Amino acid sequence: MLAAKTILEQGVQVEGINFFTGFCVEGHTHAIRAKDKAKPKRNNSLWVAEQLGIKLHIIDVIEEYKDVLINPKHGYGANMNPCLDCKIFMVNKAKQWIAENGFDFIITGEVIGQRPMSQRKETMPIVARESGADDLLLRPLCAKNLPPTLPEREGWVDREKLHDFSGRSRKPQMALAEHYGFSEYAQPAGGCCFLTDASYSAKLVDLWQARDNNKAYDLDDVMLLKVGRHIRPRPNFKMIVAREEGEGRFLQGYKKEFMTMSSTSHSGPLVLIDGSPSDEDLQLAAAITARYGQGREADRVDVSITDKDGSTRTVQVKPLPADQIPEAWFI
Amino acid sequence: MTRETLNARRLLCPLPVIRTQDKVKQLKAGDQLEVIGTDPGVMQDIPAWCRINGHKVLETQADDGEYVIVLEVGG
Repeated sequence: MLAAKTILEQGVQVEGINFFTGFCVEGHTHAIRAKDKAKPKRNNSLWVAEQLGIKLHIIDVIEEYKDVLINPKHGYGANMNPCLDCKIFMVNKAKQWIAENGFDFIITGEVIGQRPMSQRKETMPIVARESGADDLLLRPLCAKNLPPTLPEREGWVDREKLHDFSGRSRKPQMALAEHYGFSEYAQPAGGCCFLTDASYSAKLVDLWQARDNNKAYDLDDVMLLKVGRHIRPRPNFKMIVAREEGEGRFLQGYKKEFMTMSSTSHSGPLVLIDGSPSDEDLQLAAAITARYGQGREADRVDVSITDKDGSTRTVQVKPLPADQIPEAWFI
Repeated sequence: MTRETLNARRLLCPLPVIRTQDKVKQLKAGDQLEVIGTDPGVMQDIPAWCRINGHKVLETQADDGEYVIVLEVGG
């Protein structure tokens, strides 16, 4: 937002590009859960574009991004986040986009030293070089700490009006936001990508391991990792237990792709079953399902098991006590 | 003028917007598009996307977990 505003202030036409990888943290994913209903349901990139009065192009890169995630040349960060490869990929896509749409250069909001992996002084030239953007890539917020780029050398932008921010402190950015009159902005730090999240990354690794390390995935796979309590009682199957009504509604949409379970004698959550459970496994899964419903203290709970084709049967189980669900089952 | 429908049910933000954006590219100024989604965020995002890109929201409706937005493609 600040980088775009800095360039807009110089009278340069700016349009925004937002890449959707499938792993983006957005208010809407959180909004599935009722506890997060108070959060605004806006898309931050659209909101920023509207504040700036610029067009925004949201680009679906889900398919192309798979190779970035599965085969990151520069490796992962603390979790499954391939930040440097991701940045290179996105800048490269932006370079293609500007060529196709008649724009002259690319700007990003990167600041030297702000992120431990992709925004270090040593890695910033790598992004420019390996993306192929080279000196068409201008970072207005820290440009004065970097060699002049083509837009600066050609006088398309005035280097003197760019900034020299560096480091992890957001104070200069906050001061600049105040200068521009931005009283509200997307929260800094914390990441905007689920791949930086340890819990999410563990679920992703589990998904791959359960598929004999076949790392292929589709969008539903990665969306479901964001929702519910994930429990793997046996290597051959996993349960996704809705934690509340909103998640239950969301999981309902997958009833044709997964076997489902829910308690019928007591109220309880919808549970998706992923994998190939045996009949014995299904009894265990039903007992776990019963444990998460209102019948958790009952002697017997009826649990319906519905196959993907809609056929349903009911089993009667004793709910599994909480102390018989090992911590290791929770992904 | 044609009117088309886009099924964006089950898609979470920003996919309904991306699908809308892609569909609108195939339409002409004055055409109408009805977008049906299940993510309540579409009620905020698609109008915002329309405002940014010069399209007009004609109608919005929320009914039993489904959200419908009818937009008219701008020039």
